[in-house]
Amino acid sequence: MTALDQVDIPPGEQRAPSRAWRKLKANRGALVGLFIIAFFTLLAVLAPLLPIPDPNATSWSAIRKAPSALNWLGTDDLGRDILSRMIWGAQASLLAGVVSVGIAVAIGVPFGLISGYFGGWTDQIISRVTEAFLAMPFLITAIALAAFLGPSLTNAMIAIGLSAMPVFIRLTRGQVLSVKTEDYVEGARSIGLRHSSIIRRYILPNVFAPILVQATLTIATAIIAEASLSFLGLGQQPPAPSWGSMLNVAKNYLSQAPWMALWPGIAIFLVVIGFNLLGDGLRDALDPREA
Amino acid sequence: MIKAPTNAASAGAGEPVLSVRGLTTAFRVDGDWKTVVKDVSFDVMPGETVAIVGESGSGKSVTSLSVMRLLAKGSSRIEGSVLLGGRDLLALSDREMRQVRGRDAAMIFQEPMTSLNPVFTIGRQISEALTCHGDISRAEAKAETVRLLEKVRIPNAASRFDDYPHQFSGGMRQRVMIAMALASRPRLLIADEPTTALDVTIQGQILDLIKVLQEEEGMSVLFITHDMGVVAEIADRTIVMYRGEAIETGATADIFRNGQKPYTRALLSAVPRLGSMAGHDWPLRFPIVDVATGKRSEPTEVAGTIENSARPVLDVKNLTTRFDVLGGLLGRKVGAVHAVENVSFDLAQGETLSLVGESGCGKSTTGRSITRLVQPNAGTVSLEGQDVLTLDTAAMRRTRRSIQMIFQDPFASLNPRMTVGATVAEPIVEHGLAPRAQAREKAADLLKRVGLSPDMMKRYPHEFSGGQRQRICIARALALDPKVIVADESVSALDVSIKAQVCNLLMDLQQSLKLAFLFISHDMAVVERVSHRVAVMYLGEIVEIGPRAAVFADPRHPYTKKLMAAVPVPDPARRGMRRNLVADELKSPVRPLGYTPPARHYDEVAPGHLVRVDDSM
Repeated sequence: MTALDQVDIPPGEQRAPSRAWRKLKANRGALVGLFIIAFFTLLAVLAPLLPIPDPNATSWSAIRKAPSALNWLGTDDLGRDILSRMIWGAQASLLAGVVSVGIAVAIGVPFGLISGYFGGWTDQIISRVTEAFLAMPFLITAIALAAFLGPSLTNAMIAIGLSAMPVFIRLTRGQVLSVKTEDYVEGARSIGLRHSSIIRRYILPNVFAPILVQATLTIATAIIAEASLSFLGLGQQPPAPSWGSMLNVAKNYLSQAPWMALWPGIAIFLVVIGFNLLGDGLRDALDPREA
Repeated sequence: MIKAPTNAASAGAGEPVLSVRGLTTAFRVDGDWKTVVKDVSFDVMPGETVAIVGESGSGKSVTSLSVMRLLAKGSSRIEGSVLLGGRDLLALSDREMRQVRGRDAAMIFQEPMTSLNPVFTIGRQISEALTCHGDISRAEAKAETVRLLEKVRIPNAASRFDDYPHQFSGGMRQRVMIAMALASRPRLLIADEPTTALDVTIQGQILDLIKVLQEEEGMSVLFITHDMGVVAEIADRTIVMYRGEAIETGATADIFRNGQKPYTRALLSAVPRLGSMAGHDWPLRFPIVDVATGKRSEPTEVAGTIENSARPVLDVKNLTTRFDVLGGLLGRKVGAVHAVENVSFDLAQGETLSLVGESGCGKSTTGRSITRLVQPNAGTVSLEGQDVLTLDTAAMRRTRRSIQMIFQDPFASLNPRMTVGATVAEPIVEHGLAPRAQAREKAADLLKRVGLSPDMMKRYPHEFSGGQRQRICIARALALDPKVIVADESVSALDVSIKAQVCNLLMDLQQSLKLAFLFISHDMAVVERVSHRVAVMYLGEIVEIGPRAAVFADPRHPYTKKLMAAVPVPDPARRGMRRNLVADELKSPVRPLGYTPPARHYDEVAPGHLVRVDDSM
């Protein structure tokens, strides 16, 4: 090689996983996101151990009390301690968000990969069904499915997951269609790789970023959807708390007791921000092109 | 075909039209200012053509964009002075600058396919260029537009006034762009790689056109290009740029004859010259000049690689590939693109057969049909005696070991999420030829073989330059010990010096591994250098095939002759020459349903040199 063909390559080789972790650690936003999620997860897990009142204990003498030394975050319309309900509700809300999006991704992404990669009749069928699903409003589908499956938190999560799935099929399929035309995929075919290898090593890693971002955003939608379902009696069964159901009740007392809506609202907001920050950080950390 | 020079440009009279002094442009990258163009000074005299030549990243395009102040404001910083007719453009307000653009200085760009607004007619877009600077009526503007379209030699100009851009071919669109640039009779035309995206015969037409227009209008031209052939043909003076600096400026003939800087000499020695191979029997490596010292290594021939006694390693017979054209409301078949029509050739071990032709001639589809990336409609492809077109999926997978591809764009042909080591080792592991550890060892060897260091195994493709990436692609293609490599425009996207090095590498590998190459390219000069035999394709068919020396020394088919005449030759003595090519377009291989191609006959004019017999000849 002569000098014309040389470029400066910085030293510092690292294996892919450690490189990704190093990059994630260097990303302040991602760390903040990770901290927020860890904080709420810890609260949810430790709820039974914390010295807080029973979340379902009502008190007629303490209805809709503003935050005070006794009830740090105030009380709700039945006199229950909001702090306690927030902490116990974190379980249901985080689960609803993460599990339902997990279901949507686990089913939607493979269908999208198959549909986009193989094309033809498979694609036709998957795409038409997806479009039919997308034609129905997300929440209506979720309510119908939840009603069909029977009222429980688990069924609500399945219902939300299935309703959110078509978006992931569509997104994945679109991404696959654009990545599929890249020369490196054609090159992989010409070298004689199996379809499974091409999908796993060439397609999936290169369509991953937008799916990750969509997933973090859908977690927020799923938390709210769980609230709507529990409002209809199809999600978390009362009196067990979830942030969504608390928010739903609180909207009747917005002027008299704004704190009832404030705390669950802030919590949902923080968790969504947390997942978004972490999602962005992961996307950059997993991309070898980002320095 | 080529007329004597008509000494058009009366260079060097009077005040310069454009005078650039100490131009320094910096971009903001992650908060730091990075200087891309350093202290560049030059003049363009009235009626003169000045070329800025350099490889990618040399700052030549940024220089032209700086002159026109077309860089994004917040993220770029331009220093120095740019005097256009005595006015300092860098001191003008945005509004004044807008007046200058298009009126005093006009610009044409590389990509004619995207520089026109697809939703307005050609006529409207040119009229707009007229009315926005001068106050003329609509009717006058229309008449003037037609006159401009005629000036750029668009056939039936008046009738094409109401046509939309998509109804024009690439070459015709570039003519429209030029017409638009001429609308307000600018004193300076800045042409940024105006012919790079065009086919060679179309490029010839556009270069001719620019020369003629310059003569008629007396304007100055600042021509940005990477192509030394184009420079030699069009430029009075040449500025060589390297890493943001103008390292050498002078009359084009002087630069070509005795370039002072080692880089200039390195650049010129790497440029293939059509016709330079007369007297050589075998492919010839490119001479390499060291940029630092200016020392030149003499090229050696690649001799004795062909095994003629054995049966050909690849034998293609009557290969035909068509793509359906769907149309109408129900998406029914209304015709077919006859991309490859009845193509036959063979390839011996250790031989390079080049497929040349212009875009749409079917050369790439031929390569893709042979490797079954597309499924041909008819014909046979025998690889070591086995017909690959009838193999089932599993057998085809095994057969792919013997025939590998290298693609055009080294930036697109490597998986960005896979390390170089994994990329090169992958085929070996996937085909179960060796366990992972051994595959990695072999990958390290292969990287060494293509001139890279095995230390690079853990890096990702984006850390490498274009030339290095193409070497990685070559290493990967070699991983399965193939017999045949289909190189589809594999060096076309590379800078000229890198191109020379990669071609040399391919020739080295051919000599040591007895590889057979199917070398697909539009670049006649490179083809002449590397091939044993050449096949010229036109509209899906081979019109001429034969030994390289015979085809280049004695082209028989009219299309071959036209193709050769169109190639710009890096020899300033030819400056000002005209090819007098007719302003035509490439024909289309789209045929109506039920079209049967005529039976073709080939005439053997010399041993192994076949030329298609056309009735219309």
